Amino acid sequence: MLNLVWLLLIVSGVAVAALRGQVDVVTDAAMTSASGAVETAIALAGVMVLWLGLSRIAERSGLIEALARAMRPLLRPLFPGVPPDHPAMGAMMMNIGANLLGLGSAATPFGLRAMKELDTLNPEKGTATDAMITFLVLNTGGLSLVPAMMIGLRAQAGSKNPAEIVGATLIVSLAATLAGLAADALLRSADRRRVLPRP
Amino acid sequence: MNALDLLARWTVPLLLAAIPLHGYLRGVDIYNAFIDGAREGLSLAIRVLPYIVSIFVAIGIFRASGALELTTHYLQPVLRPLGIPPEILPLMIIRPLSGNGALALTTELLHRWGPDSFVGRLASVITGSTDTTFYILSLYFGSVGVTRSRHALAAGLIADGVGFLAAALTVKWLFGGA
Repeated sequence: MLNLVWLLLIVSGVAVAALRGQVDVVTDAAMTSASGAVETAIALAGVMVLWLGLSRIAERSGLIEALARAMRPLLRPLFPGVPPDHPAMGAMMMNIGANLLGLGSAATPFGLRAMKELDTLNPEKGTATDAMITFLVLNTGGLSLVPAMMIGLRAQAGSKNPAEIVGATLIVSLAATLAGLAADALLRSADRRRVLPRP
Repeated sequence: MNALDLLARWTVPLLLAAIPLHGYLRGVDIYNAFIDGAREGLSLAIRVLPYIVSIFVAIGIFRASGALELTTHYLQPVLRPLGIPPEILPLMIIRPLSGNGALALTTELLHRWGPDSFVGRLASVITGSTDTTFYILSLYFGSVGVTRSRHALAAGLIADGVGFLAAALTVKWLFGGA
C-alpha cells in the first residue's frame, strides 16, 4: 500500500509539473525536501537521545513497570497477543502516556522502542502483527488530553481564548481513535480470512 | 482551563526532574543508564533517516508540482455537503502525510482567517486531534523492517476521516457554524 501511495505521489507530481510546463520545480522540491528531511531527522535524533536516555533510567528504577501496571487493565484487552509482563507493554504505555499529554516528540522514541519489542514477538519478520497494527492505530488516532502545540500556536496568532479547543480536541480524538480501533478489528478478521485460510 | 495550561507547561520539566530523582533514590546508576539509553537513541535516529527522506521528498514533489492543489479542486464538491469548508481541504490531505506540513498550513490558516473563526478553530482541532498517519506508519514499521503493513494504513486513514468529520461537527456544535 505504501509502495503505491509513494509511487503515486511522485509520479503524479512529476506528471502535473510536466503538463504545466514547469518540470524544474520537481528537481527543486526534491532537493529541498531531502535536505529538510535530514534536518528534521537530526532534530529528532536529539530528542530521541534525550528521551531514550531518560526512559532507560525510568526502566531501571522500576518507574515504567509501575506505570504499565496502572494502565494494564485498559490496554490488556487491546493486545491479547502480548504477554502482560513483556517489555513491549511498558514501552507502549509510556508512548500512549506521552501522547495523552501532547508530548508528540517525546512519544516517538517510546513508540519506536515499543515496535522493536513487539517485533521480538513477530513470528514472520517483515509482516506487521495484529498488535503492531493496533498500536499504530492508537498512535495515528491522535488521542490527546492537552494539545499543547496547538494552544501555543493559537495564542501566537492572537486568539482571545487559545485553550478553548481542548474540549473539542478531546471529543474528536476519542471519536477518531475508536473508529480506528473498530476498523482495525473489522479489517483484521477480513484480512485473516484472506491471508491465512483456517487450518 | 488553568489546570490544563499548568499541566501542559509543567509536564516536561517535571518528567526531566522526577525520572532521574526517582532513579537516584532507587539506587540506579542514573548517569550510565542515561548514556546507555541515549546511545540506542542515536542508532535509532540513523536507522530511521532514510524513511524520513523518502516521505518528505514524495510530499515535497506532490505539493510543489501543483498536484496537491489539483486534488483539492476535485475533492471540493464531495466535501462541501459534509460541512467542511474548501479552505480546510489542503490541511485534510496534508495532515496524514506530513506533521510539519500540517503545522505550517494550520499556522497559515490561523493567520489568514483568524484563530477564533470557524476555519481557524476547525484547523486547530483537526491538527490537535489527529496524527501523521503515513509518517508514523513508515517511521514505526520502517524501524523494524516491516514492509507488509496489512490493513494498518486503511485503519489509520479511516480514523483520520472520522476525525475530520467529527471535527467539523463538533466545532459547529460547540462554537457555531461558519
